[in-house]
Amino acid sequence: MRTETRAIGNVLVVRLSGELDLGTAPEFRAKLEEELDAKPDITRIFLVLRDVTFIDSSGLGAILGRYRRLRAHGGGLFAIAPSPQVRKVFDLSGLTSIIPVYETEDEAWARASGV
Amino acid sequence: MSATNHVTLEFPAIAQNVEFARVAVACFASQIDSFTMEEIDDIKLIVSEAVSNVVLHGYDSPGGLVRVHAVIEGNVLTITVEDTGRGIADVEQARQPAFTTSPDRMGMGFTIMEALSDDLDVSSRPGAGVRVIMKKAPRMAGSEEHERRS
Repeated sequence: MRTETRAIGNVLVVRLSGELDLGTAPEFRAKLEEELDAKPDITRIFLVLRDVTFIDSSGLGAILGRYRRLRAHGGGLFAIAPSPQVRKVFDLSGLTSIIPVYETEDEAWARASGV
Repeated sequence: MSATNHVTLEFPAIAQNVEFARVAVACFASQIDSFTMEEIDDIKLIVSEAVSNVVLHGYDSPGGLVRVHAVIEGNVLTITVEDTGRGIADVEQARQPAFTTSPDRMGMGFTIMEALSDDLDVSSRPGAGVRVIMKKAPRMAGSEEHERRS
């Protein structure tokens, strides 16, 4: 699993690739917590999931934990371009009713950058 | 394919082995030619959930083992994931959506296993471990078997 981050204004764009499960979730969680601690102006995460090849409920939990952190301060987390496998797990778990999902980064910037 | 085949894996209940278990079972499952790629992904997911449960909740101390047994009989794959750990006091409660013992988790493991397998059986006795049995067969749209399951 690989996590690349880039702060643009108060948005942290996170590009995730590989598999997010019980084995890799701690690294993902630590990386994002470190970024959020270091950049207190960040209010939103755009999580780009295009290159995530597998996710399970441990991976979802790691995403949900970061969503909760940002929501607690009025911000949010937005999922972008999930692969069919990721989308299926989001739907099955009910995460799509909590976290907005956009098909493209442009759509996220247009609809969520002012949240 | 109508042959019978089986494989047994036994490994320590640690997070690094979750990927190994799901990939190994998915590879074995692909011997059933008519599984689609989506169904193979489903198998990876349900194995990942079952093995993760053991890693997270199975044992009070390190060193516990997970045993995964997969059997192909005709067109049906049966996967058994079991441990000899502390067990679940209330299986019905544990199977409820959003039941979790941790704030950074979703509690959706059993819900996913139930949704993506054709049959899920969970049995446990406190102190005697948990056994999860999941069955999955190819959907094969239009077949009598498919009609019965859908």
